[in-house]
Amino acid sequence: MNKKKRGKWIVNTVLFVICLIWVLPTAGLLVSSFKSAGDINESGWWKIFPHREWITQETVSLPEDTNVDEPIQIGSVILTDEELREGAVQEGGKRLIWGNRLTKEVAIQEKNWVMNLNFTADNYKFVLMGSTYEIVDENGFKKKMQGDHLFRAFLNSIAVTVPSTLIPLTVATFSAYGFAWMRFPGKRMLFFTVVGLLVIPIQVALVPIYKDFISIGINGSYLSVWLAHTAFGLPLTTYFMHNYISQIPKDIFESAFMDGASHFKIFSRLILPLSIPAIASIGIFQFIWVWNDYLISLVFLGGIPEAKVLTMKLADMIGTRGDQWHLLTSGAFISLILPLTIFFLLQRYFVKGMLGGSVKG
Amino acid sequence: MRTQLNHEKSPSRTSGKTMFSAILLTVLIPFLILYGNWLLVDFFRDTSLNPIFLTLIAVVWGSIGFFAIYAGLNWMISSYPERLKKTIQPWVFVGPALLLLIWLLLAPAIRTLWLSFHDPQGEVLVGLENYITIFTDRSMLLSIINTLLWVLFGATSCVVLGLLVAILADRSSFERTAKAIIFMPIAISFVGAGVIWKFIYAYRPPGEEQIGLLNAIVQFFGGEPQAWTTLFQPWNTFFLIIILIWMQTGFAMVLFSAAIKGVPEEIMEAARIDGASEVRIFFSIIIPYIKNTIIAVTTTIVIFTLKIFDIVMVMTGGKYGTEVIATKFYKEYFLYHNTGTGSALAILLLIAVIPVILMNVFSVKKEEGF
Repeated sequence: MNKKKRGKWIVNTVLFVICLIWVLPTAGLLVSSFKSAGDINESGWWKIFPHREWITQETVSLPEDTNVDEPIQIGSVILTDEELREGAVQEGGKRLIWGNRLTKEVAIQEKNWVMNLNFTADNYKFVLMGSTYEIVDENGFKKKMQGDHLFRAFLNSIAVTVPSTLIPLTVATFSAYGFAWMRFPGKRMLFFTVVGLLVIPIQVALVPIYKDFISIGINGSYLSVWLAHTAFGLPLTTYFMHNYISQIPKDIFESAFMDGASHFKIFSRLILPLSIPAIASIGIFQFIWVWNDYLISLVFLGGIPEAKVLTMKLADMIGTRGDQWHLLTSGAFISLILPLTIFFLLQRYFVKGMLGGSVKG
Repeated sequence: MRTQLNHEKSPSRTSGKTMFSAILLTVLIPFLILYGNWLLVDFFRDTSLNPIFLTLIAVVWGSIGFFAIYAGLNWMISSYPERLKKTIQPWVFVGPALLLLIWLLLAPAIRTLWLSFHDPQGEVLVGLENYITIFTDRSMLLSIINTLLWVLFGATSCVVLGLLVAILADRSSFERTAKAIIFMPIAISFVGAGVIWKFIYAYRPPGEEQIGLLNAIVQFFGGEPQAWTTLFQPWNTFFLIIILIWMQTGFAMVLFSAAIKGVPEEIMEAARIDGASEVRIFFSIIIPYIKNTIIAVTTTIVIFTLKIFDIVMVMTGGKYGTEVIATKFYKEYFLYHNTGTGSALAILLLIAVIPVILMNVFSVKKEEGF
């Protein structure tokens, strides 16, 4: 019994450590997105946890004519400029350091337990609405900076993602019904071909599609991205919906046919409502996939600045704002918020979609 | 579809009026579908409306529009004589899907194959030259080798770690929380993950206050901070692979977890009574029992990893020796306009994927034979 308890303890500890490693990156992003530019650049985000840090207790002003090139007397100790820059720890745990070297102020510091809990929502304002903001650089100069327009990109992402989820689901559900419950020549062969198209990597199809879209003049429109996502999502969604619809009991159809209902009526009045759980499962899968896609949007919407979706905007920001972490972190979090919410609210459906979609496929 | 219908115009005895309306609908509905969508594309190109309204219109267009196409086609054939209607009806259901797939997947794949045997202009047949280039050119070879590294280390780590976490979670006291945490990164985009991990890997010169977690830890233990994803060659690719592992382990874990729950408790209990250790049970009972899931998960992740693009593009842009096939393909095609070699790289991906999928199908088939 004791051995069993110890085993459980080990399991829990190991798993806890793994979970900690897994959650830290996202936690760091979330915390940093609420810290000011100066805070992020000065110290690591983990300083929100209690830690020991030098805190200024009092400042001493030295005479104006102090020559910093010679050893400087402060109270009973004599220190060089070099030492004062680095900070000199004295007996009793106090530290002397330049508070402000220009005005000749020396800070006397003590190590104390602190937490850096200064949070701000300003980053989100800068990054969503493109408002201007000021930062103070290392030389003490104030710089005016322009934020980003992620709100527009957020809308674009919605305009791309919602139809790119619903269209393939509509097309796939219709065709799944056709393959499952209608009779026509070459049915089996066609169905296997549809599912077999799963093997085609996006990259293989991308360029010819791109050329076609240019020649019929829809490149750069939402429609072009919807169509591309629909085609790439169809094999899997058709397969998934076929699995579900073909297992609906036959008697449901028979009584409906007796009453003289047409296929279209049976489909829209009976099958569609019955298939909602399956549609939800694969729909969440497709939604998150499209929302997070970068390559397809990059190819089809790349040339149009105002049509850029969140992932593209964010990738641009990584390029142009490499070390402005306050904007990058809040921007990244804006792009995560919707899929993460869906994920946590509808996790069960999501898992179902995945189990059905990949283990069997 | 329209031409096909015109050929089959029914010879049966329908009254002139229904005949007329059938022809009218056959012409009118496909026209309306095409014209309507074309109008909307045009509208979006020229409009300067408030983006919120535009988004709303786009969402309505995209969601209702396609259902309306089916409804319209159904209305069209409902005016046809009974026998013709029966023949055509299935094609209303599966036709749009087939057309889309042929237009946007099958035909493009064939065209890419064709392009891969031609020069950059797509005019002169060059035989296998493009394929020879991708296997001899140094930068191309590098991208192929890197992709293999990704598959070898990335996919293997995801599977092994996923299995480990699934087993641990199954025996722990906080299974649901743990699984949600490990699974969560799957909802994050690669670009978002790129920001997250760039921040973890952030580099500042030695001695300065580190704001990147990894360098802070390294410096705390007296090591020297590194620019992990760029100058830290040749190991930088591995620091990119870690991102993949972070994102995909949850996927493997969820599938394994479901499979492990299916292992009958009696068999494991019997083994325990016979004195088998947990490790022995794991290797001799659980692993064989979930073998098919392991194959399915491995193949899925391998395929996914072969096509890896976003992580590399966002983190390094393929510089510092981190190029993979998909990023090289993108550059060849869209930046250098080398359609021949670009296509050859894409076909290489396709060829690499096929045996993996076949293996998957094969193993499932064998299972059914039992």
